[in-house]
Amino acid sequence: MTSRFREQLEEALFPPVVALFVALICGDILIMSYGQSPAHVYGLLLEGTWGNAYGFGQVIYKTTTLTFTGLAVSLGIRAGLFNVGAESQLAAGGFLAAIAGLLLSPVIPGVIAIPLCMLAAALGGGIVGGIPGFLRVKFGAHEVIVTIMLNFVILALLNWIVATRLHVPETLHTPEIHAGSIPRLDEFISAFHGSAANLTIIVAILAAVAVWFFLFRTRYGYELRAVGLQPDAAEYGGVNVGRVWFGALTLSGAIAGLGGINYVLGYKHYYEDGFAGGSGFLGIAVALVGRNHPLGVILAALFFATLSQGGLAIHAVVPKQMVEVLQGVVILAVAMSVPEVRRALQQARKPARA
Amino acid sequence: MNPFTFLTQMLRIAIPYLFAASGGVIAERAGIISLALEGFMLTGAFTATLGAYYTGSVWMGVLCGILGGLVIGLIHAVATIRFRADQVVIGIAINLLVIGVTRFFLKLAFDSSSNSPRISGFTARQGAFGFDNPLLWMGLLTAPVLAFLLYRTRFGLRVRAVGEHPEAAASVGIRVKAVQYAAVALSGILAALGGVYLALDQHQFTDQMTAGRGFIAVAAVIFGRWDPVRAGLACMLFAAAETLQIQLQGNQIVASQFIEMIPYLLTIIALAGVVGRAVPPAALGKTGQ
Repeated sequence: MTSRFREQLEEALFPPVVALFVALICGDILIMSYGQSPAHVYGLLLEGTWGNAYGFGQVIYKTTTLTFTGLAVSLGIRAGLFNVGAESQLAAGGFLAAIAGLLLSPVIPGVIAIPLCMLAAALGGGIVGGIPGFLRVKFGAHEVIVTIMLNFVILALLNWIVATRLHVPETLHTPEIHAGSIPRLDEFISAFHGSAANLTIIVAILAAVAVWFFLFRTRYGYELRAVGLQPDAAEYGGVNVGRVWFGALTLSGAIAGLGGINYVLGYKHYYEDGFAGGSGFLGIAVALVGRNHPLGVILAALFFATLSQGGLAIHAVVPKQMVEVLQGVVILAVAMSVPEVRRALQQARKPARA
Repeated sequence: MNPFTFLTQMLRIAIPYLFAASGGVIAERAGIISLALEGFMLTGAFTATLGAYYTGSVWMGVLCGILGGLVIGLIHAVATIRFRADQVVIGIAINLLVIGVTRFFLKLAFDSSSNSPRISGFTARQGAFGFDNPLLWMGLLTAPVLAFLLYRTRFGLRVRAVGEHPEAAASVGIRVKAVQYAAVALSGILAALGGVYLALDQHQFTDQMTAGRGFIAVAAVIFGRWDPVRAGLACMLFAAAETLQIQLQGNQIVASQFIEMIPYLLTIIALAGVVGRAVPPAALGKTGQ
């Protein structure tokens, strides 16, 4: 069992390590093309993210959203489904959370209002995730394409609602919510002053624990993973594959939707058009680098959040767009090395097993 | 509404779609999922701008755009065919990568985070309505030429064989990977030409100037059921809807957001099989196994 665990760990850890190495080299080249010293720039990057409380607070804030979208994508992949729709699910979740926060009366205490708003967020994402689930099960429509197309439809719909019905004049955001605000971290630790980090990070960690428990300690999670590995075998073993697919995409969407509370309840206290800003797509990268394991997802979210915040820290010296290049490089490198590492490790183990 | 202005405006909108959708058709018919069209287009637009700016020649711009498309197409091909990486992930990764790379080098080359300086384009004479732009004609011809290539040539037969049944293709001596490399490289070039058209038409590169057009092309590929001509017609349809929206602006009959949704909604409906089921090539996305 322990050797099996070690094999899995090797298979999971090698690709991100390779990717990090490749990204560092690419970063060196980009930095030097700008006539700067890589050591200096990487130093700035670390200083601006982990070196001071404000920067670290921003990293925590970004990690929170990415943890939700990463968990969402990874849950889908565990069921053998690729949810590319986390972007619009996140937006829909944030939107319904804001609607709930606007409808609730300010006299309702947070302990009731916050869970209600969270429920609304999960509902928003769950609906957007459930549609491709339904179309997949009912008509066999491929979830990759449907979720991509639905991103555009949902984002346009939300844009229309906000722009024509709900916005504060001269802006593209809703009025401030009356109830359901989640406290920021700087209310407890003053060093975080000014950063967007808020208690949603606790919700994100709890969500990761819940996903882990669901996947590896419940019967439904077992069925979901069985379907992901071998749908035909799972079907033969008595699992209702269609139900699992629908459930997995709905749950995946609900988790991504829940991520919307980080911005809406925890940071700005209103829904703003375009707030998702690519966090849904980056969730794919997070799931990939985190090897679809909840713990890996948190670590990968931390990594991508550091890169993204680090871009701002180096901007005075090297354009922040460098980190966007590095993000792309990391995803490419991990995706390319996963099958390669698996084959290499299988080759290496063969003689030992024979 | 003047039908002639409508037609010329529709064509201008359709040309980038026509190029990119053709690129999508050829790659997917060879079995490689094509979600990087957006990135291919953006690459073409950027490298064409660099070429046209530094040489001052439009045709050098076109050539650089083609080269850019070839390079990014080959990166896609190496990742998905040689390394057998997940094709959906690679497509999305390339889109993200290209946005970052073009932004970084936009800053490096032109010290701007929004746009390049003005570049020359094809001289548009008054009264020619854009019909004196050679890329417009190339775009219009892409779909029929690709149809001929796919259905009437040995290479096309091989592409289709590889996309439907790679094992059978290999057993009759077709070099499956070589065909796929060629198809994806061609896909990169074609989609990049869509971006080249955009950049030369607007006489500059602007950050993320493709603005989701690559995904409209993906929609057209599926709505056109992986057939070059039908995909081309889908591009025309989507472009017509967009033109209608532009011409109707002011008298808000339908909000622009709902017109924007049309290609995507039609594609979802097509995939769900409400009006004739869209069935992809049998071996699409299977290089990983």
